[in-house]
Amino acid sequence: MLVTVIFLSVLLLVTLGVAAYETYGERKVAAFMQDRIGPDRAGPFGLLQPIADGVKMFMKEDFVPATANRVLYFLGPAIAMTTALMTGCVIPWGGTLVIGDFTLNLQAADPEIGILYVFAMVSIGVYGIMLGGWASNNKFALLGAIRASSQMISYELAMGLSLVALIIGTGTLSLGGIVAGQLDGVWNIVAQPLGFLLFLVCAFAETNRAPFDLPECETELVGGYHTEFSSMKLGFYLFAEYVNMFISSAVISTLYFGGYDIPFVDQAGLTTFWVTALGTLSLFAKIGFFIFFFMWIRWTLPRFRFDQLMNLGWKALIPLAILNILLTGLWNFRHELIQLF
Amino acid sequence: MQILFYLFAAVSILSALFVVAAKNPVNSVIALIVCFLSIAGHYILLNAQFLAVVHVIVYTGAIMVLFLFVIMLLNLNKSTEPQKSMATRIAAVIAGGLFLLTLLGAIKDGIGIADPDVYDGSVGLVKSVGTSLFTEYLLPFEVSSVLFLSAMIGAVMLGKKDTSPQPLSSGEGQNAADRA
Repeated sequence: MLVTVIFLSVLLLVTLGVAAYETYGERKVAAFMQDRIGPDRAGPFGLLQPIADGVKMFMKEDFVPATANRVLYFLGPAIAMTTALMTGCVIPWGGTLVIGDFTLNLQAADPEIGILYVFAMVSIGVYGIMLGGWASNNKFALLGAIRASSQMISYELAMGLSLVALIIGTGTLSLGGIVAGQLDGVWNIVAQPLGFLLFLVCAFAETNRAPFDLPECETELVGGYHTEFSSMKLGFYLFAEYVNMFISSAVISTLYFGGYDIPFVDQAGLTTFWVTALGTLSLFAKIGFFIFFFMWIRWTLPRFRFDQLMNLGWKALIPLAILNILLTGLWNFRHELIQLF
Repeated sequence: MQILFYLFAAVSILSALFVVAAKNPVNSVIALIVCFLSIAGHYILLNAQFLAVVHVIVYTGAIMVLFLFVIMLLNLNKSTEPQKSMATRIAAVIAGGLFLLTLLGAIKDGIGIADPDVYDGSVGLVKSVGTSLFTEYLLPFEVSSVLFLSAMIGAVMLGKKDTSPQPLSSGEGQNAADRA
């Protein structure tokens, strides 16, 4: 019990730390892509920049618009941040760590419905944006909130359908089970290339990242749903986006890229401690790549128009996801089908 | 565990009452979301993980988002709420009273409360739900899926733009062809 509490606290700190350094990474990647230097004032290579930004956020005036619905205005950022942080506890961050007599499973909880739990948290997360945007009583914020909700609903469908095809193959909903299946066999990306692509596109939409960042679209809506937010409330919204990006990258790595699996590591003759430690490191390397990929796309592709976004979701991704389910089903029952004829 | 049950029960009933009592429709919707989440908590207490999480995804995550979406889009509030006539109110009270009577009639001989000692903790897990849906209840399951599909197609048909050619525009097309 105590060990689990300590593990979850460490996980919370790591998540927040990664999210903080994602803001630094985003600015450095943007600078690199635009042939600039990026933040370099605070500390060596600007490494203290996230701390400076955090202090700035805390020190700013916490302004509440006079016409805002105060309770919901407070609840919005809180829901966004809480749901973003709650997802990490079902993700397998590594195998079982053995140090002497002490063993620690690097997955806080492995419920039978792990992947659905992640899905439920994502679908509750949209309330943070909707309630915050509505409560600020501002036209731009309301438009941002409405865009967010319609975008989330549309892309959740395609995301769920792309997962159905994956689950047909894995035969389990537990994230630990999905990784265990990949440890013995091949990574799911080999069996589900189309499913992975659909899931990736939907992950961009679910985290409100460019090219699908229409809820905050600064060229049309000032700041979208967080137009009226200031100080740490704004900070929570922005931070929740980076936490979501981290968790999405972790989920993508877990579902399609073997999680903490390193191919052929069992033949290298390492002790179990080193296998576990290197496995966790490899998971974080995969997560790091996908976070970079999120940023890469943001600074490469222009933003979609809203009708393009809806058309892509409903007329391209959902039919493709259904086709993918059909193909996966046919492939999985090919022996029975051959016997039939 | 028992404390959790009483907590969830109290939250469910209070939030359900607040759904009806709240003046502002957005507050009503939020109370309903809290109610659904506490019902999901009840499912978890019964070890029905699958039911709980699907309940959260479908009701809390999709249906209530749509409710909230429509209320925000129409900007419903107290001032725009239409005043019901006296006849409508009386009819509503009678209908509600009849429904209450039916409910009371149904439970007057006691509702079958399951014996907690013989409760099968695996009944709400993915495997048992799936097995019973695809064996025992296969026909109702398939029929209701067809029902949902027809409802979806119906909604799409109703929402479609009328693209049949207007008499005026076809005449213009004729003229344009003549000029060419």
